[in-house]
Amino acid sequence: MRRLPPVAITAIVFVVGFALCTAQFPNFASTRVAANLLTDNAFLGIVATGMTFVIISGGIDLSVGSVIGFTTVFVALAIERLGVPPLVAFAAILLLCAAFGAAMGAIIHVFDMPPFIVTLAGMFLARGASFLMSTESTPISAPLYSTVSDFALRLPGGGRLTAIALIMLAVVAAGAVLLHFTRFGANVYALGGSRATTALMGIPVGSMTVRIYMLSSVLAGLAGIVFSFYTAAGYSLSAVGVELDSIAAVVIGGTLLTGGQGTVVGTLLGVLIQGLIQTYINFDGTLSSWWTKIVTGILLFAFIALQQAMLDIARRAGPRKTGVLKS
Amino acid sequence: MPSMMRRLLQSRGLAQIIALLVILAIDRAVSPQFFDLRMQDGRLFGSLIDVLNRGAPVALLALGMVLVIATRGIDLSVGAVMAIAGAIAASLADAYGLPLALAAALGAGLLCGLWNGFLVAVLGIQPIVATLILMVAGRGVAQLITEGRIVTFTAPDLVWLGNGAVLGVPTPVVVVLGMLVVTGAVVRGSALGLLIEATGGNARASELAGIRTRGMILAVYVWCGLCAALAGVIAAADIMGADANNAGLWLELDAILAVVIGGTSLFGGRFSPVLAMVGALIIQAMNTGILLSGYPPEFNLLVKAAVVLIVLLLQSPRFASAGAVLWRAQQ
Repeated sequence: MRRLPPVAITAIVFVVGFALCTAQFPNFASTRVAANLLTDNAFLGIVATGMTFVIISGGIDLSVGSVIGFTTVFVALAIERLGVPPLVAFAAILLLCAAFGAAMGAIIHVFDMPPFIVTLAGMFLARGASFLMSTESTPISAPLYSTVSDFALRLPGGGRLTAIALIMLAVVAAGAVLLHFTRFGANVYALGGSRATTALMGIPVGSMTVRIYMLSSVLAGLAGIVFSFYTAAGYSLSAVGVELDSIAAVVIGGTLLTGGQGTVVGTLLGVLIQGLIQTYINFDGTLSSWWTKIVTGILLFAFIALQQAMLDIARRAGPRKTGVLKS
Repeated sequence: MPSMMRRLLQSRGLAQIIALLVILAIDRAVSPQFFDLRMQDGRLFGSLIDVLNRGAPVALLALGMVLVIATRGIDLSVGAVMAIAGAIAASLADAYGLPLALAAALGAGLLCGLWNGFLVAVLGIQPIVATLILMVAGRGVAQLITEGRIVTFTAPDLVWLGNGAVLGVPTPVVVVLGMLVVTGAVVRGSALGLLIEATGGNARASELAGIRTRGMILAVYVWCGLCAALAGVIAAADIMGADANNAGLWLELDAILAVVIGGTSLFGGRFSPVLAMVGALIIQAMNTGILLSGYPPEFNLLVKAAVVLIVLLLQSPRFASAGAVLWRAQQ
């Protein structure tokens, strides 16, 4: 049990949860439910992948929900009001998000400020900017949108694996490769272990910080585009509180909030567990949706307590320390 | 005389008070009747009173938050605690009267604070993570209490707490002043404030010096929960109802902002409850100013983002050292 990695525990929680749901509702174990689980949480999966990088590097990004909201409004207005081709609008918003993330990363590094307060300012800025553009919901009727929402891979059993679900799976796969098999990924882990040591090892801490927040913001922008596919509209109040959902998904996925440990696959499982709770509540019909928040909170606590216990064990084990120091 | 001038210029809080005066002056320029006060039905009215009154919940949150931040902590759950306390007070007020409703709401705040403090002080979880749990789950709990509805009430004494007046001053303002005096007396009238600052400055060294840092940390989170609950009750009393979805939404950020504007560093250590109050007033004066000027209220967020960045830049050690070099070069 001591050697069991946190992501395995997440996987067990997910499988047990799914089995319990199936035991109560025999219809639960269908490709239809599974495909919907992926579609409904596609944007969350994308944004949580970016958050995984940030948290493993020892930071946090509170601006992602606002960036999603900003993106949906920007894309909707560009396509509907200005007549910009959708793909051009997508390229423009992703560039804008990259610049936004880079700016936050630069401020965090240059002025040595806590990431949480810098990204908090970013959250205000992005949400305020989207309010300024439009406070109304703008429907998007571009042909590309109907093409994308009509596209789906038919699964045996009636499930439809939609385009946005496929985009999400692709992002998760690419994120996993980037984190686990590249030098960039190794540097992210190093940063989360100890900034000072990382700098002494000759890794450019500044440019790494900038690139990590850039990645998070770009993925938030992509999540915003996916969200606009999902709702076929742009609305400045969309995705309020998604930053909390994605942080919760990352933590439930077994990533250490102090940084230095974690996996992208775990994050996907964390997203799916939250989706599972929501789906269960929908199936049940008598429970209210606020139980999602309570159960998510309980799971958060369980995983954080578990991490803390594992850290204590590692610390007691003597010289083989994990490199994560409690301040 | 020059030395007195210099001491005045270097005294803490001058920047904040100047900022508040500048913002009030801008408000006055935007709306000429800003400073007008009038008495009606035994209560003062006017934009200035409005700033104090509307700023009361954030001021109360900031009062608790400033102690938490002084210990190098943070409490993200205050908005959710407000929602819980408001929901409890609103559900109980009509049937059981104010004393019991107030006691239950404050008791809930106490429990929430105890929970946060337990996670931070005893289990040693980082504050931002520990309080995130209640931030996520708390709003769900509040909705459980109101059963998803907006609970309204008519109990006159609870309504008075949000809309009444004492000697012409709105009750929320009186409550904030009372809490400020209590907090100030406790932390500055005893060594407690010093011990809290020591805990925030260096917890390990404080522990070795014989300070019971765990007890300190537990106590500040409990106090923060209590202040948040009081803020929740006042916010509910103000609108004569409890809305579990929106009560206290985003206010944790305003409270943190108020504390940071008040010059308390996020890295713990020296703190000032009075300046945190000034910070809360600055935020509210900005909000009111934007409303009066006819700009859309959404503009608020942009202004706040700019203010956070500027204040943080001024606080940043690197920025400060660059400033000190310049200052010395000028002398």
